[in-house]
Amino acid sequence: MFRTLTTVRRNLIRFTLDGQFHQAPAGISVAAALLTAVRFSRRSVVSGRGRGPYCMMGTCFDCLVCIDGEPNQQACMVTLREGMNIETQTGIRDLDTGTTADMD
Amino acid sequence: MDYDIAVIGGGLVGSSIAYGLSKKGHGVALLDEGDRAFRASRGNFGLIWVQGKGWDFPAYAKWTDEAAGLWPAFDAELQESTGVDLGYTRPGGMEFCFDERGWNDLNDCMARVRTNSDGAFEYEMLEHAELRKRIPEVSSAVIGASYSPRDGHVNPLYLLRALHQRLDAGRVDYLPNRHVDSIECLHGGFELRTNDERLAAGRVVLCAGIDNVRLGKLLGLNIPVRPNRGQLLITERVQHFLNYPTLQVRQTREGSLQIGDSQEDAGRDDGTTTEVMNRLASRAVSIFPMLKTVHVVRAWAALRVMTPDGKPVYQQSSHCQGAFGIACHSGVTLAAIHAGPVADWVAGGNPHPLIARFHPDRFDV
Ligand SMILES: Cc1cc2nc3c(=O)[nH]c(=O)nc-3n(C[C@H](O)[C@H](O)[C@H](O)COP(=O)(O)OP(=O)(O)OC[C@H]3O[C@@H](n4cnc5c(N)ncnc54)[C@H](O)[C@@H]3O)c2cc1C
Ligand code: FES
Repeated sequence: MFRTLTTVRRNLIRFTLDGQFHQAPAGISVAAALLTAVRFSRRSVVSGRGRGPYCMMGTCFDCLVCIDGEPNQQACMVTLREGMNIETQTGIRDLDTGTTADMD
Repeated sequence: MDYDIAVIGGGLVGSSIAYGLSKKGHGVALLDEGDRAFRASRGNFGLIWVQGKGWDFPAYAKWTDEAAGLWPAFDAELQESTGVDLGYTRPGGMEFCFDERGWNDLNDCMARVRTNSDGAFEYEMLEHAELRKRIPEVSSAVIGASYSPRDGHVNPLYLLRALHQRLDAGRVDYLPNRHVDSIECLHGGFELRTNDERLAAGRVVLCAGIDNVRLGKLLGLNIPVRPNRGQLLITERVQHFLNYPTLQVRQTREGSLQIGDSQEDAGRDDGTTTEVMNRLASRAVSIFPMLKTVHVVRAWAALRVMTPDGKPVYQQSSHCQGAFGIACHSGVTLAAIHAGPVADWVAGGNPHPLIARFHPDRFDV
């Protein structure tokens, strides 16, 4: 786990990760916040192994989480906001297939 | 002589042939230009597609069907020897249609392929209700689909990787970052000049995609290919729902959706355009409305290696003994037949009876 430098410990904001409250400095990415909170933030939908933010620049897709109900968000591309609800993803993203037949 | 056979171009066509040659014990050099070249093999859709092929050309209907029929054993052999799972399955494939005219055209096309393959090609035309039994998520914008159990799909990158892994283990020298500048036909062999060296080979097989036009001229081979651009969208991985590959959308084993099937004449420009990407995405959503909220994570374009009639070219030079030119648009579909009968032919064996039908003299009128 990463620790936040003491020099930036001012201006902390709160978010939840899987329902638990956490704090991180304002202005950092969701991925950076995750690194201070958990080792793995998802499981690979192919191998089932633990995964977490890696490249921090939008290319590896290892940082996918569900943010405020929206699945498969790249955590490194989103700035942390006060009160965000972040959830780790346990399986592959589902589709709202039930309603399809009536949508057209 | 440095090598029995030099294969120029390490895409799917060259790699499949080199693989077939190495299995028979030939000493092979496989030369490839590298990442800056146009490489359809690294940007394609991964279909092993029989339906529709050869509706106007009986030999192509038979050739494709035979090639697809060789795929299960080819897949098993590659997987067993490399441990790479190619993600190959053959649940049958579909092409969707959106209006009566599309339906009639498809119906007609399927019937002709059946005739042209002497009845070997099997298919069904599925009306909307029947289609929805197989793919419940399909919208009512789709009036029906053609279905053929002969079709399948594969991860084309894993295919290329497995072939290369086998080449490394066999008697093939893979020589990357070699642009073949010129080839000279000498008595009893060939001298190739690359950016890096000269090498001599007893036979030479041109599999350089679009560059075959230029290289062919050096050896008295007429390979009239031109680039045809295709753009593709890849989505995030989503829950499995699509059990059949289709011409418009397929779902990979890992859950990504691959959306494609655009065709453009864009010269040598392999860039993407928002207009085409937009059209591809809109069509996918019109077929499967629930894709509306799904994210596209990658997009790219690649250049097809297209002959004037879209059918392959297999040619042996009459000027230079031992020179061959090969070009095709469906290098995934035809991979197993390239590794088998085509490799045997370029090594000096008897040609498969259909090969002569793909000589480019068919373009001379
Ligand atoms: C968008 C798209 C979708 C497609 N979908 C399908 C599909 O679903 N199913 C299917 O069967 N086919 C499909 N195809 C076609 C298939 O990808 C091609 O038929 C196949 O990849 C062609 O392989 P190739 O080896 O001839 O060409 P390429 O992959 O283009 O390889 C040519 C190679 O030659 C090398 N080269 C070029 N010039 C030289 C030189 N002078 N010296 C040395 N090396 C050189 C290059 O480095 C390159 O690696 C698709 C193609 C595209 C573009
Ligand atoms: S950490 Fe690599 S894409 Fe986010």
